[in-house]
Amino acid sequence: MDFHAIWFVLLGVLLAGYAVLDGFDLGVGILHPLARDDQERRLFLNAIGPIWDGNEVWLVTFGGALFAAFPEAYATAFSAFYTALMFVLSALIFRATAIEFRGKSSSPRWRRAWDFAFFASSLLASMLFGVAVGNAMIGIPLNDRGVFLGTFWDEIGPYPILVGLLTVAMFAMHGALYLYLKVPHGELHQRVGRWMWHTWGMFLVMYLLTTIYTLVVVHGATQNFQRWPWAAGIVVVNVLAIANVPRTVFADKPGQAFASSCVTIAALVALFGIALWPNLVAARNNPANSLSVYRAASSDKTLRIMFVIACLGMPLVLTYTLAVYWTFRRRVQIGPHSY
Amino acid sequence: MPLDVVTLSRLQFALTIMFHYLFPPLTIGMGVVMAYLEARYLWTKEPIYEIAARFWTQLFAVTFAMGVATGIVMEFEFGTNWAAYSRFVGDVFGSALAAEGIFAFFLESGFLAVLVFGWDKVGPKFHFFATLMVSLGSMFSAVWIIVANSWQQTPAGDRIVQMMRDGKPWFDASGHPVMRAEIVDFHAVVFNPSFVDRLVHTLIGAFVLGAFFVMSISAYYLLRKRHEEFARRSFSGALLLATVFSLAQLLSGDANGRMVARQQPAKLAAFEGQFQTKPGDLSIVGWPDVQRKTTRGEVAIPGLLSFLLHGDRHAPVTGLDQVPRAYWPPVTAAFLTYHAMVAIGTFFIALTLLASFLRWRGTLFEKRWLLWIFVVSVFFAVAANELGWAAAEVGRQPWVVYPGLQRDAAGNFLLDSHGILQYRTAEGLLTRDAVSESISSGQVIGSIAMFSVIYGLLLLVWLAVLNDKIHKGPQPLSPPARTTGQSLAAAVGELVDHGASLSEAKDESPD
Repeated sequence: MDFHAIWFVLLGVLLAGYAVLDGFDLGVGILHPLARDDQERRLFLNAIGPIWDGNEVWLVTFGGALFAAFPEAYATAFSAFYTALMFVLSALIFRATAIEFRGKSSSPRWRRAWDFAFFASSLLASMLFGVAVGNAMIGIPLNDRGVFLGTFWDEIGPYPILVGLLTVAMFAMHGALYLYLKVPHGELHQRVGRWMWHTWGMFLVMYLLTTIYTLVVVHGATQNFQRWPWAAGIVVVNVLAIANVPRTVFADKPGQAFASSCVTIAALVALFGIALWPNLVAARNNPANSLSVYRAASSDKTLRIMFVIACLGMPLVLTYTLAVYWTFRRRVQIGPHSY
Repeated sequence: MPLDVVTLSRLQFALTIMFHYLFPPLTIGMGVVMAYLEARYLWTKEPIYEIAARFWTQLFAVTFAMGVATGIVMEFEFGTNWAAYSRFVGDVFGSALAAEGIFAFFLESGFLAVLVFGWDKVGPKFHFFATLMVSLGSMFSAVWIIVANSWQQTPAGDRIVQMMRDGKPWFDASGHPVMRAEIVDFHAVVFNPSFVDRLVHTLIGAFVLGAFFVMSISAYYLLRKRHEEFARRSFSGALLLATVFSLAQLLSGDANGRMVARQQPAKLAAFEGQFQTKPGDLSIVGWPDVQRKTTRGEVAIPGLLSFLLHGDRHAPVTGLDQVPRAYWPPVTAAFLTYHAMVAIGTFFIALTLLASFLRWRGTLFEKRWLLWIFVVSVFFAVAANELGWAAAEVGRQPWVVYPGLQRDAAGNFLLDSHGILQYRTAEGLLTRDAVSESISSGQVIGSIAMFSVIYGLLLLVWLAVLNDKIHKGPQPLSPPARTTGQSLAAAVGELVDHGASLSEAKDESPD
């Protein structure tokens, strides 16, 4: 069995899990300024209160798994994106602490400051994750040793920014669909219902722009489609899922709408993986310097050991995740333990 | 010291890891305290234990959030600042980090939600289970991190091989083979020679800190005559924990000393200011003078170091004279951090024994001066945890992956013709060769500035929130939730209030 391919897929699963799960709580952060008063802001925070931390663990585990399975790719990518990642880290730090600390004082200034931190960090993190994906799609300049040859400014071209905006719009839509399931019925619920339409519209525009730009500019993004004709099926699923969002919202089936949004995100991550394969970090300047899954990998033995660890761990992870989501499945209410 | 990428990255790592490490030992220690309180509640059904558990859970939650937020930084930094290191060790070291994510973080974060938000959503037994799982998760996290760090200190179960590229041995642009460490035996990687000793020492350090944290706040309440019943019970439980673990830490420290002498003799020589190879005295205080190769102002117990390490007061202890000068760790920093840690540990043994004796006599809570010492001692406990790690990490320098030494068949060190220890240098990696190839000093200065500002701010906020919670104190349970003799009507009323199901309301009704 080819453990390189298995680990490429497993990393894709972790990334998709992260994007689907943390995507909606980042989206809630992006929509947070639209809440009109303190009660509404608290409802938003408590909608993600028990689960955002577990969602973020998918990113941490993605990082750990990349380090273990493909250390060359981890080392190259993380040092190449040094400055961008420092901004990601500051965003994640502020997000975690804003959620935790906001409710610890009733001073309006204290709360306003943390509200801003929560919004800005959610927006910045979403944008930068998109920028990273955009850069991965077009590649970065690497030398023969696989070391990055550019600066921070080489990483913020038009395409990465476009993908960043797509990610922001997508997470905002995902967050609105999630909130619609979680906030109590009433005036706020109706407003969130309208945001679903607005954010879906914005996402659609960004999706079309990004698709066109990718097909025109990013050479090789579709080359693997010739190898694997079934990959076209993922495009179909992706488009159907996007179309199903407004259909189910209109039919007042918000659970299905949220599920469609999850499928949309997972399908986009899958398409990203298909475009990238077999590379983890593509060299824009010279394709021969690209870090493929074979060049960047740990030894076969380590990939095998890690696979065993993943097989032992993933059922447990899914059990905890389902248990927690089940425990906190109801609409939010503000209680004595709320943020 | 030149402000190059190596120095700056070390500075940043020291800053971020020391800030991060304020929180995990506290959450590990408090996790044990909370599990104990909830178990007592389930056993005795006395509401005071639940009040106490709820109070410590609040403090736990804010501390845990800080640990999570600052912990992600650590995982990223291996790649951002130490890319060459990551390439060299990823095959081994990365596996431990990934295992930490899968086995520890998901467990902790999942059940933390139940712990913090689930008081009124799940029954007390499931809540207790969640507390146990969070506590266990935080210890699993310690296990995998210490596997990774101990492997750096005493590598085992790996071999250094040339990497292959496209099926051929890989040489870099200047013709040097590209080498890295690869796992040969995963079990040997995990149970490397220093892992068990260091894990035990770290966990006990965390338990002691958790106990001192609880005692500090309880002593404060007792001095202020607030929440006295709560404070007395919390203090007594924590004192028992602190006494047992302070004594246990002495044994663990002794085991670690012998392990370090066997595995990293240069580190032990720096800890003890042992410049010459000769029977070793145990220095109590002093200031090493590296130029003159002597310890100034030294007060030492003759022969005790040799006795502790080898069971013989006259056995020679390897000194820095047998270590190549280039491989000396920073002696002064290692000596001082190590001695400060030992001093605090010794102080804790004396303090907890005295307090336990007075507790047994029944006069402890009248000794206000002693309670004041307990109020401030939590800072010493934090310091001891930080200093111990600083000593361990500074003592490892100049290596980031510590190479083995040439030994004879019996395991004794082999010396070269000049009487110097022989390092198997190919197995190790020097810290100065470990940084990212593609980053500049400017970038690292920028990120150090960013972390300094953010962490300074967060520290103030965290302390302010803790202070606020401590001043508010433990809150009595809300009357409808747990009063005795509750009628069915009241239970139904509560059910409507909380939106809970009937079975959950039954779980919550008192016996």
